[in-house]
Amino acid sequence: MVSVESERPGGELLVPTPVKIVIAGGFGTGKTTMVNSVSEIPPLHTEELLTEAGVGVDDVVGLEQKETTTVALDFGRITINPEVVLYLFGTPGQNRFWFMWDELAYGAIGAVILVDTRRLDSSFPSIDFFERRGIPFVIGVNCFEGSHRYEVDEVRRALDVDDAIPVVLCDARDRESSKTVLVSLIQHTMDRLDATV
Amino acid sequence: MKSGRGDWWYDEAAGPLVRPYAMVRGRTRPLRPELHLVTQVRAMPSPSDPDALSVEHLEIMELCRRPLSVAEVAAYLDVPLVVVKVLLSDLIQRGDVVIRDPSRVPVVPDRNLLQAVLDGVRGI
Repeated sequence: MVSVESERPGGELLVPTPVKIVIAGGFGTGKTTMVNSVSEIPPLHTEELLTEAGVGVDDVVGLEQKETTTVALDFGRITINPEVVLYLFGTPGQNRFWFMWDELAYGAIGAVILVDTRRLDSSFPSIDFFERRGIPFVIGVNCFEGSHRYEVDEVRRALDVDDAIPVVLCDARDRESSKTVLVSLIQHTMDRLDATV
Repeated sequence: MKSGRGDWWYDEAAGPLVRPYAMVRGRTRPLRPELHLVTQVRAMPSPSDPDALSVEHLEIMELCRRPLSVAEVAAYLDVPLVVVKVLLSDLIQRGDVVIRDPSRVPVVPDRNLLQAVLDGVRGI
């Protein structure tokens, strides 16, 4: 018999519980940079093949009928303890691969949506995606060098997100700064959980 | 199980696909629905019948001496996720690996789990 539950008597073969956080946002907002700054391993890269079957369930504009395409995923890992491991997935650059976003988002603790104040609109589709699905998210305002520093409230107004959604200024290259954003997300998810109990 | 030649979803332009595709003998359907990106895979101490396994199966067994996610296995083997899912399905069926799939609810409902993750992230 195959044991899908993992431990043998005595816990000899421990298989950790996986959890994940999605790092979303528009193109060039620093998603991979953030994964890189907190991951314990160099970010890994894998690919999902989008086949005709996939095309059928998703609106993939411009794909010829028999063509296949590849959805690239970059991700990192933080071992929380021997029983829990956290994965950080950057969303695929092409917003049209929504089916992949669904797979990434399902069961996630939540999402960090990175925004670049010079191109706020590039992160609107990400915000819509997580808002509509009721998945907890926080906004990370990646402060790029040379870009104007805005106040959190200004960004919040410009993005038109609910007051309950944390908006955090950050530098995705900096480990401590990225950690702060992740902590803010996990706390936000816990707050939401408490609110529903 | 094998689809007819006319049903191949790739053509000559998709050359690099042939090798991974051949690895799984033309199968594209993952057999195990619980194999998600972060599903943890751990190899049993020794394969039940190593002679019956392909090189790729054995590579997975080697990699998964410590628990790894499906996505990590795909990244380390440098093959598409769908291929790894098929290979893993074989190994699960044979009882050569054990897995733990993530909670399949829209959001993580477990406060203790969230607290552990919070403490863990603060500690890195």
